[in-house]
Amino acid sequence: MSNISRRKLITTGLIATAGVAGITAAGPLARRYGLIPPDSDGPWGPGETLTYAAQRLLTTHSLAREFPRSMISKKPFGNETAPPSDAFKRHQAAGFADWRLSVDGMVSHPASLLLSDLRSLPVHSQITEVVCEEGWSYIAEWIGTPLVNVLDAVGVLPQARYIVYFSIEPEWWESIDMADALHPQTFLTMGMNDGDLPVRFGGPLRLRVPRQLGYKSVKYITRITATDSLKRFGKGLGSASPEAGYAWYAGI
Amino acid sequence: MISRFGRIACPGIRPRGRLYQPPNQPETIPGKSRLCLCYPPRVQSTSPVQVQSTPRHTALVRITHWITVVSFCALLLTGAEIVISHPRFYWGETGNSGTPALFTIPIPASRDTVPTGYGFVMPDQNGWSRYLHFEAAWVLVLTGLVYAAAGLMTRHFSRNLFPAPADRKWPAFRAVLAKCLRRAPPDTAESRAYNAVQRTTYLLVIFVLFPLVIWTGLALSPAFDSAVPAAVDILGGRQSARTLHFFVSGFLVFFLIVHVAMIVLAGFWNRTRPMITGRVAVPSVPLERP
Repeated sequence: MSNISRRKLITTGLIATAGVAGITAAGPLARRYGLIPPDSDGPWGPGETLTYAAQRLLTTHSLAREFPRSMISKKPFGNETAPPSDAFKRHQAAGFADWRLSVDGMVSHPASLLLSDLRSLPVHSQITEVVCEEGWSYIAEWIGTPLVNVLDAVGVLPQARYIVYFSIEPEWWESIDMADALHPQTFLTMGMNDGDLPVRFGGPLRLRVPRQLGYKSVKYITRITATDSLKRFGKGLGSASPEAGYAWYAGI
Repeated sequence: MISRFGRIACPGIRPRGRLYQPPNQPETIPGKSRLCLCYPPRVQSTSPVQVQSTPRHTALVRITHWITVVSFCALLLTGAEIVISHPRFYWGETGNSGTPALFTIPIPASRDTVPTGYGFVMPDQNGWSRYLHFEAAWVLVLTGLVYAAAGLMTRHFSRNLFPAPADRKWPAFRAVLAKCLRRAPPDTAESRAYNAVQRTTYLLVIFVLFPLVIWTGLALSPAFDSAVPAAVDILGGRQSARTLHFFVSGFLVFFLIVHVAMIVLAGFWNRTRPMITGRVAVPSVPLERP
């Protein structure tokens, strides 16, 4: 090919070498800084990794938008959930007096907390939007204690990289990284719009993760566990969502 | 007005069987006559008719064009699937099945939470659709960034897309449109360069519609909005952003339809081949036109 100049050849070669070197170095670096999502294998891995890494770098300390009280939706929309299990119905009949949240895994003092224990922690409220992956949304006031308060109380170990949380309904569990777990707006929610959290909206206890889509805010939480790896949970994809075909990270 | 590209031709008219007659050539060339149309398609260099192949699209333009085609089709398909899960649109910050819709697409939904009036629920495709939507969006955005950066460095935009000063006036546009309406045959000049209307359209798509569709799409990300709240607030709220994302996508689909229709009318392979090989076959002698 006579029309390729030496300068062009050298420039192209240097750019290609830099590109290959950059991609080779990017993998281990991203892994080291926790920028690889657990569902990064398979055809959607590259896109999912780019989204998670970019948003994690961009949003480490950012706060979800909060709204004035006047913008609280008159008609919040609670997604219908499957018929409650017998275990849930028993708790409901007892007014959730015995509802327990067990906290275990990589923590100094595993604990089993009643709702009254959670209420004795500092309680905050936030007016944030619930955003469903289908496209609809509503704004509500959410009242509860930031998850970080519970994690501090049980002494989460520095090795912990994810918090896995489970619903009383089987096959319904999720996980978040520590950036979201320690985030001041990630609430163990017990109240909504100045009242108790209705069952339809996740009562008695829902983990609200307002910087991610609604399906990360699991209803009827009974257990949270701190871990350094998600491989041991379910199929190792991070949560029930990727096992059902949905992305583990739901920041978009 | 005649532009600097010579007689501006409308790409919409396919010449019908008009023979291209180079000077001093017999009336018909055995075995080759069907090839000698006004548009010189598939003329070999060994042909008695002198045809030269001239550069048309750079490798950068061709590669980024086809990557964009693939990722746009993926985004369109998956975007439609996501809309099917909730074919209601709203204006403002919030909106859901319990609130009035701005408008509703009259199709069944893939979720039973939407009152569509249909008795059945379509299969849910949101999982893979959302994965592919964002993966394709990354491909499109990164390709667009490479295209924009390289286009600025190689002066691709100023040379090939920004209309010449004389063409930035209404009469130039009117000349193109008038020629189109007269169904005047295209000439070879516009197989080598775009006319004023084409240039303006491509610039609008590249610098207005694509940035808008990316912006309105990013505004739908709760995490991105936490870092850049203005991205969604300026658009009037989350549901407004979703509705705008839908309409801007609609404009892009409209462009795609017109774009492909014009290519088909001007001769599909004559217009598509330069976008693959980078070269266009142009007769070395001026065309004789009746």
